[in-house]
Amino acid sequence: MSIEEKEFKPTIVAFCCNWCSYAGADLSGTNRLQYPANVKIIRIPCSCRLNPMFILRAFQRGADGVILCGCHPGDCHYTTGNYYARRRMTILFSMLDYLGIEKGRTRVEWVSAAEGQKFAETMNSFVETITKLGKNHRLEDLRCNKQ
Amino acid sequence: MNNLDMARELELLSGVNPRKCMRCGKCSGTCPAYDSMEYHPHQFVNMVETGNIEKLLASKSIFTCLSCFACVERCPRGVEPANVIEAVRLIKIRQQNENHLHAEQIPALLDEDLPQQAIVSAFRKYKK
Amino acid sequence: MQRIGVFVCHCGTNIAATVDVKKVSEVLLNEPGVVFATDYQYMCSEAGQNMIKEAIKEHKLTGVVICSCSPRMHEATFRKAVASVGLNPYMLEVANIREQCSWIHKNVEEATEKAIILGRAAIAKVHLNAPLTAGQTPVTKRALVIGGGIAGIQCALDIADAGYQVDIVEKEPTVGGKMTKIDKTFPTLDCSSCILTPKMVDVAQNENITIYSYSEVESVKGFVGNFTVGIKRKARYVKEDICTGCGLCTEKCPQKKVPNDYNLGLDNKRAIYIPFAQAVPKVATIDADYCTMLKTGKCGVCSKVCTAGAIDYTQKDEIIEENYGAIVVATGYNPIKLDAYEEFGYSQSPDVVTSLEFERLMSASGPNGGHLVRPSDHTEPKTIVFVQCVGSRSTTECGKPYCSKICCMYTCKHAMLCREKYPDTEVYVFYIDVRTPGKNYDEFYRRAVEEYNVHYIKGMVGKVAPENGKLKVQASDLLNNEQLHIDADMVVLAAAIEPDKSARPLATLLTASMDTNDFFTEAHAKLRPVESPTAGVFLAGCAQGPKDIPETVTQAGACASKVIGLLAKDHLVGNPCVAHPDEMMCNGCSTCANVCPYGAITYENKDYSRRKDGTMIRRVAQVNPAVCQGCGCCTVACPSGAMDLYGFSTKQIVAEVDAICR
Repeated sequence: MSIEEKEFKPTIVAFCCNWCSYAGADLSGTNRLQYPANVKIIRIPCSCRLNPMFILRAFQRGADGVILCGCHPGDCHYTTGNYYARRRMTILFSMLDYLGIEKGRTRVEWVSAAEGQKFAETMNSFVETITKLGKNHRLEDLRCNKQ
Repeated sequence: MNNLDMARELELLSGVNPRKCMRCGKCSGTCPAYDSMEYHPHQFVNMVETGNIEKLLASKSIFTCLSCFACVERCPRGVEPANVIEAVRLIKIRQQNENHLHAEQIPALLDEDLPQQAIVSAFRKYKK
Repeated sequence: MQRIGVFVCHCGTNIAATVDVKKVSEVLLNEPGVVFATDYQYMCSEAGQNMIKEAIKEHKLTGVVICSCSPRMHEATFRKAVASVGLNPYMLEVANIREQCSWIHKNVEEATEKAIILGRAAIAKVHLNAPLTAGQTPVTKRALVIGGGIAGIQCALDIADAGYQVDIVEKEPTVGGKMTKIDKTFPTLDCSSCILTPKMVDVAQNENITIYSYSEVESVKGFVGNFTVGIKRKARYVKEDICTGCGLCTEKCPQKKVPNDYNLGLDNKRAIYIPFAQAVPKVATIDADYCTMLKTGKCGVCSKVCTAGAIDYTQKDEIIEENYGAIVVATGYNPIKLDAYEEFGYSQSPDVVTSLEFERLMSASGPNGGHLVRPSDHTEPKTIVFVQCVGSRSTTECGKPYCSKICCMYTCKHAMLCREKYPDTEVYVFYIDVRTPGKNYDEFYRRAVEEYNVHYIKGMVGKVAPENGKLKVQASDLLNNEQLHIDADMVVLAAAIEPDKSARPLATLLTASMDTNDFFTEAHAKLRPVESPTAGVFLAGCAQGPKDIPETVTQAGACASKVIGLLAKDHLVGNPCVAHPDEMMCNGCSTCANVCPYGAITYENKDYSRRKDGTMIRRVAQVNPAVCQGCGCCTVACPSGAMDLYGFSTKQIVAEVDAICR
């Protein structure tokens, strides 16, 4: 075990649905609520647009954690999208767990357009979890890591 | 003096949330023992909600209740006033602060016709 | 290869204070495909927009990335700007470096680095953007109103007034709905028929309105602007265009023992009937369940007496198809069944009635000509007890959890009318709360108490028991803390109201959403209260929630204005970010159609025959871009990956992921 020379800065991808969570993220910005810069948000129309492949791809390319944010169950702009997302993620996450990607590295959180505070809190706690878990090497495609 | 701690204990014992009551009074409207009671079903619920338990414990009303469950049947919000009363009775008995039943006494008292369930329930009530 | 221009906004100091904008534009200029990068104080300003336009022209840009505030803020502004110089508006992406970067970070180095990554992701996405054109669909300038009660009538009249064709589908033989059964209306006590029947006549005479009475909606196909609706015209065994409504047949029909549903079964009608004198259309209808001719083939009295020759025993249900641009749902309500409330003795004594039945008993067009008598022995009641909230505000299985809203006011009206017509009657009203929000409503209630001396008692009736021709009412008076025992002659129950039973199957046909109580849900509870989340479907009256007449009329008017707004358009411009299948990959498994919440996906058998392979007909998915809302659920569900979403394609999102994780 060696002492890390550089502070570990995880790479985190956040998928946010356009109608609730992306607006919630905007709100936390408007309210100047801080969360780490490691989190990069990708806008998708609905949480159900999140293909499990995107998460696998993110881990492959060196992401340390992936979080999906959608509207609260029952509030989906497209009526039922987040229910599909919830089911898909439940299956995917248990599969990732089986592959050795710790449960903490993936998360689904419901954030409404009014919950800027919740968005910031979620991101802070998620980054904290990932920092504790450290760098993810599972699934990583080393060919992408040459530079 | 309001005793909110005891009120919470009552809620736990009875499994009733008195805040569900919308004060329609259907329980009291339906109660067949109404006239012989000092406090009436809707008052029981209210007294538990406000923590006014001491008065309720001192009242004879709690033993006037017939446990006919008409109030439970008719309540539109599922508050179950009869269950509240049962819980108050239980507290009253537990407060007697003395063992009324000792395990050693049982064989002497045991009546062959006494159902097993009654013994268990007696222990629950009278054994401190 | 795209030629991309990057524009970094300072947003005054909002971005520039924590993000080194110069560095961002310099770094992004080195990205592949980027031919131009600059920064400016306010990109959204006139000067900023001109800068973008100039750059597009000068550098022949094919894609634009703007690093600025949230796309929810100014994406539309920038899209308009690039479109004005001939670039497709969907070749633009916004990197959100204000709300999601500069405003939440303090460290300049970190924020700059993040802004660069966000910019890279946007550039990676633009590389895969394709020009999109929003589809246009024509609008059928005709509206369908389902339900011919006061909501449907008002809505149809307002739409017809604007010059559009409207059809009303009503399942009963006459329009008018529940309001025809009501005697007087609160808080003015004007006669319900006197204000309703002129409107019914208006509907009948308006040349823009067609009434399909005794009809039901059978099928709904299509989407906003282009619905095709199948309407079942139930056989009434009377030719509607020939019958003059003289009513001779209804007097001569020998079958006299048919419960009269207009009077809620309080009296009888004949097997051939006109519901009431002012019915619209005034045409007789045969009740096939009771008609001797239709059951046994022996009778035919009505056809013998009919001088016009309108009776046709061979009539069959007929289905007609019409096209509509908009659909209004005004299916109304019904009082709940009170069988589960045995404690009130509704099924034990005919003198225990619901408020709607009481309305008929009081009405001049009712079974007793407006003279209030007990249904059991036809004597005048001397003591009447009203019970409110029967089934409303109840979380038990047989009740409804909501407040039915209208009961407080109509009970008050009934009590007042009783005291006015029969001053020697004692009237008791048992209430839990009296809810009278509304113009002149509370004044009305206070008048009942103060001037008409109605006994309002806070408490609930626990038991009603018929005994020796009287009704023993046992109730609690919560304010005096005593139990009351009243010998009443009549008990009137203010039953909760529930949506009509036809609402749930209709919602399925329309793919409109409903709440757990079967009320239609609105697109937004506050800001879009008369629209269903399903485009082109609008809501009026009690189908959406309990309402009184003034509110229903207001909502129907609002609904009409929304419908007119839709019908006034020649074309509807759709959202171009919709799903589309790769037909070569699609294997026609129907998975996408099953997850689509809008029913936008259909299947078509397409000919893929090639000379060397022989005939090949394949079943492939087709997305209707006018119906698709672009959620993308189907893209993930598709097992062969044939579905993709314009604007958020799988490749684009993967490119963003790659850019961020790089």
